[in-house]
Amino acid sequence: MSDETPNPEKELSEQNLPGQRGEHGEEVRVQRGMFGANNGGDTSGYGGLVRSVRLPGPAVRPYGGWFDEVADELEGALEEQGLVPGNAIEKTVVDRGELTFHIEREHLVRVARTLRDDPALRFELCTGVSGVHYPGDKGRELHAVYHLRSLTHGRLIRLEVSAPDHDPRIPSLVAVYPTNDWHERETYDFFGIVFDGHPALTRIMMPDDWQGHPQRKDYPLGGIAVEYKGAQIPAPDQRRSYS
Amino acid sequence: MNSTASSPRETTEGSVYTVTGGDWDEVVRSAAKADDERIVVNMGPQHPSTHGVLRLILEIDGETVTEARCGIGYLHTGIEKNLEYRTWTQGTTFVTRMDYLTSFYNETAYCLGVEKLLGITDDIPDRASVIRVLLMELNRLSSHLVCIATGGMELGATTIMIYGFRDREMILDLYELITGLRMNHAYIRPGGLAQDLPPGGVDAVREFVKTMKKNLPEYDKLATGNPIFKARMQDVGYLDLTGCMALGATGPILRSAGLPHDLRKSDPYCGYENYDFEVPTADTCDSYGRFLVRLEEMRQSLRIVEQCLDRLEPGPVMVGDKKIAWPAQLALGPDGLGNSLDHIKKIMGTSMEALIHHFKLVTEGFRVPAGQAYAAVESPKGELGVHVVSDGGTRPFRVHFRDPSFTNLQAMAAMCEGGQVADVIVAVASIDPVMGGVDR
Repeated sequence: MSDETPNPEKELSEQNLPGQRGEHGEEVRVQRGMFGANNGGDTSGYGGLVRSVRLPGPAVRPYGGWFDEVADELEGALEEQGLVPGNAIEKTVVDRGELTFHIEREHLVRVARTLRDDPALRFELCTGVSGVHYPGDKGRELHAVYHLRSLTHGRLIRLEVSAPDHDPRIPSLVAVYPTNDWHERETYDFFGIVFDGHPALTRIMMPDDWQGHPQRKDYPLGGIAVEYKGAQIPAPDQRRSYS
Repeated sequence: MNSTASSPRETTEGSVYTVTGGDWDEVVRSAAKADDERIVVNMGPQHPSTHGVLRLILEIDGETVTEARCGIGYLHTGIEKNLEYRTWTQGTTFVTRMDYLTSFYNETAYCLGVEKLLGITDDIPDRASVIRVLLMELNRLSSHLVCIATGGMELGATTIMIYGFRDREMILDLYELITGLRMNHAYIRPGGLAQDLPPGGVDAVREFVKTMKKNLPEYDKLATGNPIFKARMQDVGYLDLTGCMALGATGPILRSAGLPHDLRKSDPYCGYENYDFEVPTADTCDSYGRFLVRLEEMRQSLRIVEQCLDRLEPGPVMVGDKKIAWPAQLALGPDGLGNSLDHIKKIMGTSMEALIHHFKLVTEGFRVPAGQAYAAVESPKGELGVHVVSDGGTRPFRVHFRDPSFTNLQAMAAMCEGGQVADVIVAVASIDPVMGGVDR
């Protein structure tokens, strides 16, 4: 092999290295050791291994397929309303064939209204909101995730909004998508996210006088040990777990 | 006196509250003072025609419902929270119990979500996908049969109830033959199926299709043209397309408003694009239209079931990746379930590595790369979506189900307000909510 041809195995520029999935994404947790067991001796010799697990990071253009079209239309429509798209859209993630817009919470309602009404976007159907609690994501622990479906164009996108634990407020989308009424009540009930502007934000699943928000990660599952064939089986959250 | 109904009293043990009830005389007096006939009635949560433990709070003026609200949460079981403490595979055992009338849809939606996270959507063997479609369509039949049967019963039409449960029983027998259980199957697993169809399974389904084709027209004869049935159903529970879109109603409710939206056509999964079927609609926006849509959907489901049977080719029912695939073929043991003797012989007698592998996969489970995914299937009630989040561990970080019953039930107020009390029953029956799915 002549010296002029670069050997891809020796060329260590970024494009020749295997893709580091989610290099820039948020860290969700730190994995220690080889086998993920947090008790008992890890005798493999890899017990000191420390690796951070990251969510997929922001994508760069082109996103591929109709993703670019939606992103362009959304940015254009926001600009028309006198909004700098970079201020409203925190980042865009493309992962596993799905498009996610991370939206700053103060712009959520405007972005959702634009997505619903703009003829080129037309996301008529909101499939509700799903809360996720990332205790390790400091300053943006609570996430609200919306999936919007366009029946006109046959598309599905995801909006993600975050709020810190000490100020768990996200504007309500009930005025734009009335279907979110119960969904937001459910997310409030389970995560304690307060949806500002919701017409009647009360608990929906748990009793009205319930303390705490059960789906948060700091809320224990609870349970009791049971006997099975002579052995004591600990409660599900006390059993040996692997991460 | 009433204002001090619960005043604290300090004792050595701390504050003690003595709670006393209100004064009935006062309640009666104030009720008599109001000159209208407005009363607030609790319907449920234990009324048989409210489909489980649904509580309807109706404000009625004479026979007219002026305001209607739902109270839900009586069947909340914390399935989403529990999933975070089990492996990804164990999750199917939980999700199958949510909407207990559409078990296979819950399982499939969950598994499609997990498979998307794993990136193995295209590796699912054809046979597994065909059997998933087969079971889902049988499930659509059984769910719609329950809807029509109980809906009829709530109108006083007990014959249609007997017919519906008679036919559903045949489907439950098929489930028992194929999965071992009549309900709560946990048969569809991430990566494929728990096991292959049993011997004689295909013949039994064929036999059922033959019988069902004979039975299905009976519903037409019984109900479709029945003047009492029509009088009770037509123009009741009205919700037009705008209302459906705003309230997020999907499934037969949306299709009864004339929009042929069906995820099997618009966003196919499990190979639905290869099947020949139609999406029925009605333009009446009412309970009667929903009944007609469901009836036609059952016919279409039978068509798909037949196509599935023709499509079944021998082959594996689990992905080839041994790091994910459940490491055994199940066989009937003396306790009614268990691993096949051949497999036990292999791991216990010949291969230490296979034993370690089996043990690790079963106790620890597999790891799923960090990220999130949304998978949706067209359940008999509408769009059943699942949002799965992984932190790269062996357990789900978060699983959220967008259950169609939960979303559709919100439309109850829009359908019932301004109508008669008796029409509330019909409207709720036409939504077909299952509280196991609503409350999860």
